[in-house]
Amino acid sequence: MRGHGPRGPHGDGRKVKDMKGTVRRLMSYVAKYRLRLILVMLCIVGNSVASVMSSSFIRTLIDDHIMPLLGVENPAFGGLAIALARMACIYLVGMMCGFVYNRIMVTVSQGVLKTVRDEMFAHMQTLPIRYFDTHSYGEVMSYYTNDTETLRMLISQALPSVFSTVVSMISVFVAMISQSVWLTMFVLLFTVLIVFVTGRVSAQSGKFFMRQQQSIASVNGYIEEMINGQKVVKVFNHEAKTVEEFDRRNEELCQNATSANQFANIMGPINNNLGHIMYVLLAIFGAILSLFAVPNLSLSGFGGTVTLGMIASFLTLSRSFVMPISQVSQQLASVIMALAGAERIFTLMDEPSEQDDGYVTLVNAVRLPDGSVTETEQHTGLWAWKHPHQDGSLTYTELKGDIQLTEVDFGYVPEKTVLHDVSIYAHPGEKIAFVGATGAGKTTITNLINRFYDIADGKIRYDGININKIKKADLRRSLGIVLQDVNLFTGTVMENLRYGNLSATDEECIAAARLAGADSFIRMLPDGYNTVLSGDGSGLSQGQRQLISIARAAVADPPVMILDEATSSIDTRTEAIVQRGMDALMKGRTVFVIAHRLSTVRNSDAIMVLDQGRIIERGNHETLLAQKGTYYRLYTGAFELE
Amino acid sequence: MIRKLLRSLRESKTATIKAPVYISLEVVMECVIPLIMARLIDRGINAGSMPMILKMGLLLFLCSLASLAFGVLSGKNAATASAGFARNLRKDMFDHVQDFSFGNIDKYSTGGLVTRLTTDVSHVQNAFQMIIRTAVRAPFMLIFSLVAAFGIDARLSFIFVAFVPVLVIGLAIIVKKAHGLFTQMFKRVDRLNTVVQENLRGIRVVKAFVREDDEERKFRDASKSIFDLNSAAEKILAFNMPLMQFCVYGCMILISWLGAKAVVACGGDAALGLSTGGLTSLFTYTTQILSSLMMLSMIFVMVVISRAAAERIVEVLDEKSDITSPENAVMQVRDGSVAFEDVVFRYNSTAERPVLNHINLRFESGQTIGILGGTGSSKSSLVQLIPRLYDVTGGCVKVGGVDVREYDLTALRDAVAFVLQKNVLFSGTIKENLRWGNEHATDEEMIHACQLAQADGFIQSFPDKYDTHIEQGGSNVSGGQKQRLCIARALLKKPKVLILDDSTSAVDTATDALIRRAFREEIPNVTKIIIAQRVASVMDADQIVVLEGGEVNAVGTHDELMRTSSIYREVYESQMKGGEDE
Repeated sequence: MRGHGPRGPHGDGRKVKDMKGTVRRLMSYVAKYRLRLILVMLCIVGNSVASVMSSSFIRTLIDDHIMPLLGVENPAFGGLAIALARMACIYLVGMMCGFVYNRIMVTVSQGVLKTVRDEMFAHMQTLPIRYFDTHSYGEVMSYYTNDTETLRMLISQALPSVFSTVVSMISVFVAMISQSVWLTMFVLLFTVLIVFVTGRVSAQSGKFFMRQQQSIASVNGYIEEMINGQKVVKVFNHEAKTVEEFDRRNEELCQNATSANQFANIMGPINNNLGHIMYVLLAIFGAILSLFAVPNLSLSGFGGTVTLGMIASFLTLSRSFVMPISQVSQQLASVIMALAGAERIFTLMDEPSEQDDGYVTLVNAVRLPDGSVTETEQHTGLWAWKHPHQDGSLTYTELKGDIQLTEVDFGYVPEKTVLHDVSIYAHPGEKIAFVGATGAGKTTITNLINRFYDIADGKIRYDGININKIKKADLRRSLGIVLQDVNLFTGTVMENLRYGNLSATDEECIAAARLAGADSFIRMLPDGYNTVLSGDGSGLSQGQRQLISIARAAVADPPVMILDEATSSIDTRTEAIVQRGMDALMKGRTVFVIAHRLSTVRNSDAIMVLDQGRIIERGNHETLLAQKGTYYRLYTGAFELE
Repeated sequence: MIRKLLRSLRESKTATIKAPVYISLEVVMECVIPLIMARLIDRGINAGSMPMILKMGLLLFLCSLASLAFGVLSGKNAATASAGFARNLRKDMFDHVQDFSFGNIDKYSTGGLVTRLTTDVSHVQNAFQMIIRTAVRAPFMLIFSLVAAFGIDARLSFIFVAFVPVLVIGLAIIVKKAHGLFTQMFKRVDRLNTVVQENLRGIRVVKAFVREDDEERKFRDASKSIFDLNSAAEKILAFNMPLMQFCVYGCMILISWLGAKAVVACGGDAALGLSTGGLTSLFTYTTQILSSLMMLSMIFVMVVISRAAAERIVEVLDEKSDITSPENAVMQVRDGSVAFEDVVFRYNSTAERPVLNHINLRFESGQTIGILGGTGSSKSSLVQLIPRLYDVTGGCVKVGGVDVREYDLTALRDAVAFVLQKNVLFSGTIKENLRWGNEHATDEEMIHACQLAQADGFIQSFPDKYDTHIEQGGSNVSGGQKQRLCIARALLKKPKVLILDDSTSAVDTATDALIRRAFREEIPNVTKIIIAQRVASVMDADQIVVLEGGEVNAVGTHDELMRTSSIYREVYESQMKGGEDE
């Protein structure tokens, strides 16, 4: 079932579909830090004002403190000293503001990222198996790596820089207009031109950055597939061919990366030099105003003419006005990329969770004298389903492991039914086996019992309770499952064994490993049970991994077990050794077995032969052989199982 | 390490050199421009001379154009150089990985190699671009600005000299403190990725054992430690800005005070001392000098962040493939005979117990060989020595009478087809996958190979037949189908030795028998070595080897082994018992 869904590498595109919604949603995360953000904004204002005043100060310095003193005997610098002291205070405040807002922004951006990451992972845990069937690991991984990284850039860099740009442009604007409206208008006109040019360049740059992301996805996908199959590549002498295709994709990535970065890199020089040209024109314009003594218009109204100090400081101000534009435009590409990333993250967060309307829970139980059971605090080894009813009463049903499927239909996609009218009765302690070709629906049935998928029609009852009424977590806790593909987690062997039951003692884990026949090889590992497994237990053989997986299920000690090709990679001789342990493990439990080897299923209480989603034969080994049907032909090797 | 990385520059070298050259020209312009601006103010505006304003304005305009041109050129070259460098790095690593032996591959996890080839390269690429763009700019700017500032007023310029050490020491402390935290953080990021990866792969286990909450806790722990370390590191970096501003503002105030006095003292005449225009320029240089120091500090931070990535790349590049073709290699494999002569093998030279111990075996060309043995009896290790996937630790393995270490690797592996236990199909059509065996295979040859491997039947049942698309990892065909496709792919190589490492485990017994019959009838001259768990799969072999704990327990035909080998008899009986019940 895995992998039948669409597996487009890294999503269908890198465009932002709902810009407004994404921004709003992103802001809702930032909004949690409302108070701090207000402080940040105040500090940005403080910092920008200080730097604006610093450029304005040149005018004050020249006009008020230098020019009047020129040619004066014994000039008095007292006024200048006071002015400088005042500036020093302003600078100090500005510096403090800068420091404070940078520190706060670290907490805000890292905090938002952590929240996003945690929420994303928490939500991912609630998603149905179906989601994982239809999304490749690489794709989901990139949400946690690439997309959160672009978000970090957005929040910690782009956001404050956009805000401080706005603030400093406003304060520069105020400073300019309070000196001269004419000169300000001139600067504004030129700014429009600069914004226009930058906009064009950054649009180009953004386009190529998107393409670069696509090529990265393509190269990553190829690397992942080939490195995974590296041994096959070697066995077939296929290295040259592999490199050829890699080169093609790598070259494409290089082209797009070059274009994207070129546009990004030339943005700075363009902005700077347009600024220089504006500077020249402004100087000429100012000189004309000054030479022809055009009456100046400022915020304080008409009065005086454009002074020399005014032009000098205006020239500096004009640069401070234009500079931020280039800073923001350089961030534009990363903003677009971050929004695309944020949208993908939000898409994951919006995936509907597994539905769980169950209200029947699993509780520890004690048997009452009359034979019925009731809830208790202690672990007794006896379990009961706690069933609250609408009238407020509670009933307890003993957990026995009685499972009934009645006329179940199911399809992974609605159009294609893969199970037809399946009915199975597993009484407590029975061993039920499924045989049939791959794709006949064996695994599918077990996936329905633990509600990885929900049935389309029919009923599944567990101890007489419709499994839809049972809380999923409790349902699954009562089912042990051993899969053909074993997944181990980074950690010690002991931790892996304890995966299904955190309260198990070391002794219990070792006993389970002994039961599964895993004890002997575990003891041969460098640190025995404390050996750290990494990379999915890559040092172990497939057979050893399966033994650990069986032991892990044994530690969980569930009343019902599902063994899906659990011993497929264990050789028959070892299996024979394991068999005794397995028999002990299965004793007293309801067990569903899927196995290829008929020797594994022979001693089952009931064997279901499946063909294309239907049970075509059922019975025990002897009766099925006597029927001389499909099972008989399978068993005697006269029929192809695939 | 840096030299090793720079070897991957190759054709990007020109752009790498050009970029800083253009940048230095751009910097010259950027330093000249404030000088002209000062004159424009002094001689033009102050003097009220319109012609002077126009003259200086024109000069300034031309300089801006030149600066623009240099800036664009340097930007383009920097992008070309860094993207090209990244491409070459990826290529070198990928090519090198192709030369890896199985031993080398085992050493790295797939995920580890993928990260090195992707994220790590991006880190290095960004750092590289940053370095070639600023490594020249910053010192150039610093020197030019200092020279220019001294030119305007040497005495005042000593203020810079006083502030530079403050900035340098401050930055050094910041970088040093942040570096340790960043390195720690990267390790936590790896941990986080591992948690996600394992969770994704094992999601069925997680859900079946109802461990979602604990997985969440595990993730939150990793996430929290990233948060802590990253916050701590960036909070240290937050000192950058105030430090910078402290120096800039400090200079400004000092220059204002001393500058004003100097201007007044000389009457504002540039010839006698300092003019107002000169003072304005000094302010500009203040910003430039300190921001160039700031840029240098940014480079340090980039280097710090990318150093870990660069180290991991070099590690791959430095990995020596331990299996290579010898000089004067033998290019022809004469026949399919295989001999093991006193073979000892360890995966790891420090391992105490050898995986294979004193193996002596001889398989004749065209024979069918069965290999049986329990989990961990080193069956796979034994056959992997034949195509030289690993090298023996002692003794030698001969194919066609020649030591495998004397063959050209390609020639040897073309003659020895190996169907791996953990086999992989690649995304692409069935035909494309089959062509891995033989690029030039005709349709007839492919169909024939598939018929032998009993794969033709199910392929024909697919709507697109041989053009059916195989998903990544072969996830849309069943285990048994995949195995048969892999066998067909190996057959297309027309090998002299064919090794099947438990390659029919998911194929039912009847089909398994058909495959073996086809082998016997259609490729009688190929030596067929079959590892199997089912006795039935090897029963009719010419020789059956029973391995036990890395040693040969027994060799012989089925009948001989039934008499002589207790292990063989035990396995046989455990598997055949059911049939005899009836």
